[in-house]
Parts: sequence; C-alpha cells; structure tokens
Amino acid sequence: MSATLVVAAVEDRAALAIESLSLSFGGVMALSGIDLTVAPGEIRAVIGPNGAGKSSLINVVSGLYRPDHGRVWLGGRSFAAVPTDRLAALGVARTFQNLALFKGLSVLDNVAVGLNHGFRAGVFAQIAGLPGARRERAAAQERAAAVLDFFHLTDMRDRLVGTLSYGVQKRVELARAVVARPRLLLLDEPMAGMTLTEKRELTGFIRAIRDELQATIVLIEHDIGVVMGLSDRVAVLDYGRLIGDGTPEAIRANQAVIDAYLGVAHDLEAGEGI
Amino acid sequence: MDLSFFTEVLVGGLLSGVMYSLVAIGFVLIYKTSGVLNFAQGSLLLFSALTFVSLIERGLPFWAGILITLAAMTAIGALIERVVLRPLVNQPPITLFMATLGVSYVIEGAAQLLWGTQVHGLDLGIDDRPLEISGVFVSTFDLFAAGVAGAMVAVLILFFRYTGIGLGFRAVADDPLAALSLGLRLDRIGTAVWTAAGMVALVAGLLWGARLGVQFSLSLVVLKALPVLVLGGFDSIAGAIVGGLIIGAVEKLAEVYIGPFFGGGIEGWIAYVAALGFLLVRPAGLFGQKLVERV
Amino acid sequence: MSDIAIKTGRRSLPGLSPQAFGVAALLAIAFGVVPLVGSEYLFDALLTPFLVLSLAGLGLNLLTGYTGQVSLGSSAFMAVGAYAACNLAFRLPGLPFLVDLVAAGVIAAAVGLVFGLPSLRLRGFYLAVSTLAAQFFVQWVFNKIGWFSNDSASGIVTPPPLSIAGIAVTSPVGRYLFTLSVVVAVTALVWRLVRSPTGSALIAVRDHETAARVIGIPVLRTKLLAFAVSSFVIGIAGVLWAFAYLRNVEPAGFNLDRSFQILFIVIIGGLASLRGAFLGAALIVIFPLGLARLGDALLGGLFDSGVLEMSQRVVLGLLIIVFLIAEPAGLSALVDRMTRRITPWITPWITAGRA
Repeated sequence: MSATLVVAAVEDRAALAIESLSLSFGGVMALSGIDLTVAPGEIRAVIGPNGAGKSSLINVVSGLYRPDHGRVWLGGRSFAAVPTDRLAALGVARTFQNLALFKGLSVLDNVAVGLNHGFRAGVFAQIAGLPGARRERAAAQERAAAVLDFFHLTDMRDRLVGTLSYGVQKRVELARAVVARPRLLLLDEPMAGMTLTEKRELTGFIRAIRDELQATIVLIEHDIGVVMGLSDRVAVLDYGRLIGDGTPEAIRANQAVIDAYLGVAHDLEAGEGI
Repeated sequence: MDLSFFTEVLVGGLLSGVMYSLVAIGFVLIYKTSGVLNFAQGSLLLFSALTFVSLIERGLPFWAGILITLAAMTAIGALIERVVLRPLVNQPPITLFMATLGVSYVIEGAAQLLWGTQVHGLDLGIDDRPLEISGVFVSTFDLFAAGVAGAMVAVLILFFRYTGIGLGFRAVADDPLAALSLGLRLDRIGTAVWTAAGMVALVAGLLWGARLGVQFSLSLVVLKALPVLVLGGFDSIAGAIVGGLIIGAVEKLAEVYIGPFFGGGIEGWIAYVAALGFLLVRPAGLFGQKLVERV
Repeated sequence: MSDIAIKTGRRSLPGLSPQAFGVAALLAIAFGVVPLVGSEYLFDALLTPFLVLSLAGLGLNLLTGYTGQVSLGSSAFMAVGAYAACNLAFRLPGLPFLVDLVAAGVIAAAVGLVFGLPSLRLRGFYLAVSTLAAQFFVQWVFNKIGWFSNDSASGIVTPPPLSIAGIAVTSPVGRYLFTLSVVVAVTALVWRLVRSPTGSALIAVRDHETAARVIGIPVLRTKLLAFAVSSFVIGIAGVLWAFAYLRNVEPAGFNLDRSFQILFIVIIGGLASLRGAFLGAALIVIFPLGLARLGDALLGGLFDSGVLEMSQRVVLGLLIIVFLIAEPAGLSALVDRMTRRITPWITPWITAGRA
C-alpha cells in the first residue's frame, strides 16, 4: 500500500500519524481505511457532517476505542490500541465534546489535577507533607495558576466548576488539557454552544496555545468560518471515509467535499443540536 | 459420584432458583423504569405474606384474602412511588437506594406492629411430598412454585406486550425523555409498575411464606435475589430468570459437594462469589450488551 | 470549605478562619470540658459509640463520598479490625496496644483491597451488591473458624483490658478520651489525604472516570487505594468498638444492619464531607436512644419491648426518608447554610476576642 509507505516515511517527524484505520460498531463502519498525517506545530481541523466519524477518530487516537484495523503513531511509536493510561505521559491531551470536568473540584484543582501523573511522591508522603511532596504540589499549583491566568480564569480559581457558565467551563477544560504542556492536543468541538464573542476569544486561545507550547492541535469543528480561518490544513470525513485533505483553499475547491458537505453546511449548522 | 443424587440436587437447586427469580423480577420491573434498586422489595414480600396470613387466620376465605392483600400492595406501591420517589427525582441513585432502605424499615416495622411478630404458618394446600420422576425425587411444592412463577412471568410478558401501559413501560425503559416527549404519562406508568411490583411481591411472598413460615426473616430473601441481579443484569427479566436458575443450582450443588469441607453454612455467600466469578469471565453479564460510552 | 480559609489557617496560627476556630473550640471542649462534667452514661452510651461510628462513617465516606464507590459491607471491615486486634493482643501479648491498633488497621486494609478488586470491573449497584460478598463471607469466617475467636463456644471474644504505655484505661472517661484521641488523629490524617493531590484524584475518578484516565490518573490504582484506606479507617473503628466501647466482640455485632447504619451516617451527614460523618453519627446514635427514652416515659409499661423496637424501626425509616427529601445533600449542607447566616454575626466577636 503506497499510503502505508508514505506514513512510514514521515512517522518519525509527524506529531500524529494514522495508518489505514478502521473501526466498526456492531457491523456499522464508523471509520474505514483512514490515513492521516499531522505535522508538528500544525493546527489540523477535522470536519464532516454529524455521524461522519470525527469523534470516533479522536476517541481512537486517545485510546477510548480500539480500532478493528490499522495503527496510530504517536511520538514516533506505533500502537494497535493507544493505551489511555499512558496518554498524558506520551504528551497527548484532549477535551471532550460534552463537558468532562470534575464537578466536585474547584477550578484550580480541576486544572492542577492534570499534573498529578508526573508526581513522584506517594500518598503517604503527601499526607505526611514531606518536602518533596510539598515542592511538587506547590509547583503544580503555581503552574495551574499560571494557566488560569492565561485563560483569564484567575477570578474563579476557588469556585466549584459546577457553578460556572457553560462557556467558562469549556475554557476550564481547555486549561486542564494544556496544563501538562502536551505536544499533541485533541479538541472535540471546542466551540460548540458558544457565542460569537466566545468563539473569537477561543480562536485566539488556540492559536496562542500552539505558539507558546509549540503544540500540534487537531480539532473537530462545525463552524466552517472558524475552521477556515484557524487551521493550516483541513481533513474532511464523510461516512467514515476521508474524502478530502489539504489547505483550506484546496478544500474549498474540492468538488467531492462541496458535494458531501460544504454545499449544505448551512443546513447542517441550522439542524445541529436536534 | 452418584449421578441420580447429583441430578436430584441439581433439580432441587434449579427449582429453588425459580423462587429467587421471582424476587429478582420485582427488582427488575422497578429498576427498568426508574433506575432504582428497590431494597424495599423484600419488605413488600413480608408485608404481603403477613397481611394475607393474618386475614386468613381471622377467617377470611382464600380469594378474599388475596384480593384485599393485592389491593393493599397496590396502594403501598403507589404510595411509595408518589410520596417517596417522586420528590427525589434527579437525585443520585445511591440516594434513591437509601430511600428504599428507609421504606423497607417503615414497612417491616409497620407490618409487625399491625400483625404482630410471631411466626405464622402458611398452608397453600399443596402437599410437600417428594415426587418421583424417573428415579429422581422432586419436591411437589417446588414444582408448584415453579409453575406459578412461570405463569406469572407469562402474565407479565403478555401485559407488557399487549396493553397500553405495558407498551408505555417499554418506551420509558428504553428512553424516558423520548417517552415524555411523546406525551406518555410517566406518572401513570410509574404507578402501574409499582403496582405490578407489589403483585409480584404478593406471589413471591405467598410462596416463600409457605416454605419458610411467615416471619420477619422473610424480608431477607432480597439477599438471595441480589446475586441473581448481578449475574443477570438489573434490567433484564430474562436475566433474572436464567440468573435465578444458575444461582439456585450453584448454591445447592456447592452446599452439598463443597460445603462439608468448610463446615457448612456457605449458602450465605457462595451465591455472591459465584456471581462475581462469572462476571470476571464475562464482564457484560448474562445478557448485557456491551455499551459504548459516548464521549 | 474554602481553600483560602484553610491556607491562611495553615500559614499563621493566630489568623484563624471561623472554621478553624470552630474546630479548635470543639476540640477544647471535647478534651477539656466534657471529661470534667460528663456522666458515665454519657461516655459509655453516647459519646464513645458516637465517636467510633463517626470514624467508621469517615472511612466509608472516603470510598463512597469521595471516590464514588458504594459499599454495603463496611461492618465486615470493622469486624476484621476488631478480630485482628484481639488476636494480636492474645497471641503477641508483648506488642504495645498502639502497634496492635495500627496493625489491625493494616490487616483490614489488606482485606478491603481484596474485596475492592471487583471495583476494577463493576460499577454502581453491581459493585454495591458485590461488596455484600465481603459482608457475608467475613461474618461466616468469624462464625465458623474457631481460631479467630480463641475457640470460644459462643463465638464471643472478650478483648484484654485497654492499656496504653503500661497505664490501664479502665474508666468510662478514660476510654472516651482514648477513643477521642484516636478519632481526632485519624480524622486529621484523612483530612490531609482529601486535601492532597491524591484527594483530588479520588474526586476526579468519582466525577468523570474517562477524563481522569485521559489526564493520566491511574484509575484502577486510585480505586484500590480508596478501598484500602477506607478499610483501614473502618478497621480502626472496629478496634475501638471492640476495645473501648463494647469490650467484647461477636460476629453478629457486625451484621448487615451495622453496614447500613454506617451508610446512613454517610448519606444523612453528607457525601464527601468529613464533618458530615460526625453529624450523621450524632443523629444516628442519639436519635434511637432519645426515642427509647421518650417511649419509656410516655408509654412505659403499656407495650412490650417488641412493639417499641418495631416503632423505632418505623420512625428511623421515616426519619431517613424525610431527611433525604428535605435535605438530599445531607446535614453538612444544612450546617453550611446556617454557618453562612451566622458567620457575619460572630466574626466580629472572634476578631475582638483575638485582639
């Protein structure tokens, strides 16, 4: 397969490579034969109608789904099934389509807990307040506070997240994802349900994350305006197949994409959420 | 190993397993519609048996006793649903569970305040003579109980398949929000389900009461139904039946063949260990489909 | 519950927050005033069981309230703690009691770890029901295997009298003070735990397991840790139950009703609240005693004890239902609201007292 050869050639410098990936649920193909390579530092959008397999793709990359076929390359290593437990250690972070915050924790703790995986001190050291444990914790709190500052969340650091508005909660989730300085960030519909102002603000944040962390960002998004303005390249899924992949300009001109998706984008936008 | 003795133990176990299924079905009905693990099912069973026995002892004819008890069970079921569970809607499942535990305390206490704490015999008029079927001895009473349980399951299936309320129940169990948007009266379905659970409790209460005597410990038969539910799934009537058979058989076989090595008395926990062991091999349970977590 | 209040409290002792001030005042009263004014009845029938059950509630709250794993078998771990301490005291008489105490807790933690294994596969009610395996198995073991109860025919074991560092603790007030000290010490450790990053991990696993896994929290290890620590605390409560409260141990004392009682304490007190365990235990211990007294006073002699017991059961059930409906978040939330109302009124008073 020529696609495999291409992947093999670039895997060592790709932030993420997906190789002939297929996934099905009870006989229904969610993804079939997807090949995708994401370069380091790139903002890559994945678009497509509802049910096209976008979320499934991110769930496979973060190990929540186990693909039927194919491999995922992360940080130069290849996986038949990505180990979710080691995701953070591999430098991968993600947000969820539906909010996935820890309602019983404050904003600061929601973000700080994203650094737990790097701690060396055990639970006894933490209870006893040994110097190592205290240093780690202080450093984590400091880093989390800095991230809150970056996302203009400092005023709410001690509030329980359940008491915050939807848009703010989305921002907290983004803060939690970036706190450990991931090299690859997967965003599943970060703009869904946001106002125009919030979307504009978030677009700025995503660019800033890429620039400050030199992170690679893969995002699923419905808002074509946002996607075209923000991404370096765009991949288009339809019925689990990759029907287009290229720069925003190339995608705009791609007939298959226009037929499947762009031509009816407005209908889709209007019909979303039903 | 003596094969006919083994068969006898196995059949005895399967038949007592039917009795477990009977209790488990009461749980399933309520769990499917409201997501509540109704711990009060055992106390309902006790209450129904105690009420029936006391009425008979006061000279009422059998059918009058049945009807009055059924009316009482219906009223209690509806009352629990309206007074206790409806105000707690949207609370976490553990809170609802606790509430049903509170209900079970109230019913157990009230039943005994009302009818006294002494043990009553309950004679359903069935001889418990062992019946010989091709060399294997089977308890007549167990056979009768299995027959009644089977009939009750058939009635439930007909009810849920062919009546309006039954169809509503299935809709609610599948998707409460969609059912609501279709204009189904959830409250009426809730009441109907609790009534059905009360009826199941009556049947189970009479059978268990006839076997063990009607007394406080009757409410503890829930502890026999719980491993059945773990095995068969809290939301599957078929699971409750098959699970009950498996648990009944395993329990009896273990009691006879393994129990002596441990000094006996293992029936208190062997069902739980068996159910857990099974789930280790098949995490999805007997009939559970593998759920895809939507994230 | 605010983080800020706790931080300032830790940094400089004189700058006590109202909350820390309240805890300090309570401790001063419990250690300094109550032993002087209390009666034997107060210590033996109310305060000691209240403290022990608070500790058990605290242990279960770690597992159920903080980590979201429902257990219906708590009293099994009390039993393990109680029997372990008795056997250590009988078989290794040279060991100081405090070593027995901690060792019994560790043994309970180990048993809890084993019975926590199903939590790696099961969730919700499936897990809750599977914890009943612990309840019935442990009770059976202590009933059946004579070795654990020194082959006593009745299965009842009388632990040796309490003695700390060579000083016999025999008076009700002594047992109360010992229980209080242990409960305060363990509560402090638990407080440190829930405030630590690991405490955040417990809540993360409870609130969103998938998200917790994705950010690198070892979900399975965290659940097992919760089972172990929770069982440790409950095991310590079992030791106190055996040595300081009842002064005898029998399997029937650790039955399913006891497990439900501990669960009530947690739910009525408030999930994921340390204070809730104490509030819930206070209600559960004081209420039945009060009811029994009331029943005696009003209807004394009219009814037999069976009737009284049954009416107690009815009223306890009603109490649970009414509480759940009126205050599903538990007594702790109620106290929170009351404190918020009172705080502006007493803060100047505290400040004045300090100046």
